[in-house]
Amino acid sequence: MLNNAIEVADLKVIRGGKTVLPGLDLSVPTGSVTGLLGPSGSGKTTLIRCIAGIQIVAAGTVTVLGEPAGTARNRARVGYVTQASSVYPDLTVRQNLAYFSSLAGKDGGAITSTIADVGLTSRAGALTGNLSGGERIRVSLAAALLADPELYLLDEPTVGLDPVLRRDLWEMFRRLADDGKTLLVSSHVMDEASRCDRVLLMRDGQLIADATPDELRSQAGTDDLEEAFLVLAERDVTP
Amino acid sequence: MTRTFTTSRRVLQQLSHDPRSIAMIVLLPSILLALFKYIYDGQPAIFNRVGPQMLGLFPFIVMFLVTSVTMVRERTSGTLERLLTTPLKRGELIGGYAIAFGIAALVQALVSSGVAIWLLDLDVQTPWAIVLFAVVDAVLGTALGLLMSAFARTEFQAVQFMPLVVVPQILLCGLLAPRDSLPKVLNWISDALPLSYATDSFSELANSDVWSSTLGRNLGILVGCCVVAIALASLTLRRRTP
Repeated sequence: MLNNAIEVADLKVIRGGKTVLPGLDLSVPTGSVTGLLGPSGSGKTTLIRCIAGIQIVAAGTVTVLGEPAGTARNRARVGYVTQASSVYPDLTVRQNLAYFSSLAGKDGGAITSTIADVGLTSRAGALTGNLSGGERIRVSLAAALLADPELYLLDEPTVGLDPVLRRDLWEMFRRLADDGKTLLVSSHVMDEASRCDRVLLMRDGQLIADATPDELRSQAGTDDLEEAFLVLAERDVTP
Repeated sequence: MTRTFTTSRRVLQQLSHDPRSIAMIVLLPSILLALFKYIYDGQPAIFNRVGPQMLGLFPFIVMFLVTSVTMVRERTSGTLERLLTTPLKRGELIGGYAIAFGIAALVQALVSSGVAIWLLDLDVQTPWAIVLFAVVDAVLGTALGLLMSAFARTEFQAVQFMPLVVVPQILLCGLLAPRDSLPKVLNWISDALPLSYATDSFSELANSDVWSSTLGRNLGILVGCCVVAIALASLTLRRRTP
């Protein structure tokens, strides 16, 4: 098994004339939950899009599961859940999941249990467009779970969810990692960093920290991760 | 191939949750035809001459609109981006759309032809040929809609492609004035537009009860245009975007 599910070297991305990622190097260990944290606009989504293989890159290499990002084989092994819940509002929850499951070449036998896993059993027959924002995100997540990928790219999957649900989802992410899956989970909520094995901290397209939550706390000299981020972010400002 | 059919099923399921659109697709051409018939109530000859052409025109317009708007919605809602990260191939996606709307087009053509022939007493000798060309017209609308959706950023723009793509074809297809009587340049342009071949065929079918080689050629041209438009449409899908 590969030690690193994701290896990014000297990645440069320019969007609309603006350099979003000026030259990024990072790696994500296999079988871990890695948090990708940083303020909005720090380049998290762009990085995830590069790993998913749908971003035009100016330079650098992105190696995913031992292959270049976005190859046909990788599309079957990588599950990408976008920030906007990209499922069909005019289909029921079950119809959405049946479609995404069949795209992944699965027979659909796991649909009912996956709906239960994300806590939507009572809403299975409802039109996705009639669900709340948090429920739609869970439909989107369930669509990725059904494909049973080796690598999950989750772009802010817990935004707008209540604390109980967030806890349940993080426990699910942990179970997936225990089964050998790799998860890259972006968030701008710093306290979620404590649930990750490793944390990648980004600011302005640069990696300002790559550490375990405990290392982050000791580097910053504070127990509060929110504060730790502020300390590390400000420390790094070059005049 | 399975992914093509599951995509068709998904598109039809989406449509099934939208009864208003189904009503528009199935009934609108028939209603417009009825309107047209009663405008020329006193001159049934006009309905018999132009009615078959209308039978091909309305499905073309309706399916162009439905398809281009649906496809733009897929592009803008983020679902397309997600689909392109799955094992789904671009041709499978476009093919799935074409089959789904092709089925809708078939239902529409059957209903509108049935209404025209049995309720509105449209006098045609070869109803099967009328239905065949109406379906191909509707599929042509779908194919051009898929293609044009690539050039629209919003649903609002997609709707405005109708005057750009559809209206010139209506003006030049021979519906208003015979194509032979057009100035030379317009005649050339008319020769290059697919709807002209559909209208030629409907004009011939209105007067004749035999399947001529011209009809066969026109059908070939129309099917060819559908194939080219669908192929170009799948080329406009880019997995990697800026």
